[in-house]
Amino acid sequence: MAILDILKLPDPRLKQVSEPVEAFDDALRAFIADLEETRQDGPAAVGIAAPQVGHFQRIVIIDCSTTRKPVPNHGHLILVNPEITHWEGYEPGREGCLSVPDYTGNVIRATRIHLTAQDPDGQALAFDMEGYEARAAQHEIDHLDGLLFVDRVVSRRADLFKRKVYQKGGRGKS
Amino acid sequence: MANNWYMLTLIGEDKPGIVAAITRALFDHGFNLGETSMLRLGGNFTIMMMVTGREDEAAFRAQLQPVIEAQGMCLHIDPIAARLHEHLLPNVQVTVSGADRAGIVAQVTEALSAQGFNILDLESDVAGTSEEPVYIMQIAGITEHPVESIDAAMADLRSSGVDINVSPIDTYIG
Repeated sequence: MAILDILKLPDPRLKQVSEPVEAFDDALRAFIADLEETRQDGPAAVGIAAPQVGHFQRIVIIDCSTTRKPVPNHGHLILVNPEITHWEGYEPGREGCLSVPDYTGNVIRATRIHLTAQDPDGQALAFDMEGYEARAAQHEIDHLDGLLFVDRVVSRRADLFKRKVYQKGGRGKS
Repeated sequence: MANNWYMLTLIGEDKPGIVAAITRALFDHGFNLGETSMLRLGGNFTIMMMVTGREDEAAFRAQLQPVIEAQGMCLHIDPIAARLHEHLLPNVQVTVSGADRAGIVAQVTEALSAQGFNILDLESDVAGTSEEPVYIMQIAGITEHPVESIDAAMADLRSSGVDINVSPIDTYIG
């Protein structure tokens, strides 16, 4: 096990598109163990994607079970070759990134997604995700496609008219 | 020799090209920018810029004067301590809207302040029409109190007809 170096903006390798995983072997599982150790190191990250440590395979880890206020989530997930097959709704939310220290911004993401993937043994997985967890998956899958959240940040003023506010009618959220 | 940092405040009638003209002049005189924020407030151009350079304040002002006059701007310069790479992460967002009347900002921010809420970001707009103006304000900040207690502190204001939404900001880091 090892803590890997995180690539940071403006490292051009962060723009690289990652390749699908084809071999579900011990080398893959050893890399995933290192990636997980790296995720948990330093400022606690909710998620991490393989290309952030210079490993250009389609692997991400997310764990949305530790938010201050519990959100709908599927716990600790290792997603190999993840693919979003359905998107629904959109909402802004604040994001930051291990690869972009000391910067956060608002990003618009789909509210609900359906995602397919494989586990580290190659078994098929499928999840319906919403809200924060859906955001996590979209942020990490962006890394696999060479995109950073800074490519998607919207101006602070853009979310003045947050859909959520209308949906909740201000108060009616108890 | 250590560089000096200044906060430049520029205000004037908005027209295309102001930022380009000012930043070109700064660059040509050997100055560098730190964090900046430009907003159009009621049709007025406003910008605050952290600027660093070797000049003292008088020389700095003298060098900028021609472009400031050409652009029809008012210039204000303050020496500052530059604290870069120390962004604070807001954890609560408060959105306020209602028929425009005097005192909304004071009342909301007093109630927040009494809760130990530290405002990091505040933006407000007068929307609607001149016959029926609507006040919309978005605040993001840090508090150690639970969202519920901030929410409860808004009760009196709500009963006076102001719509207030208090929601946690869970910044996704991945």
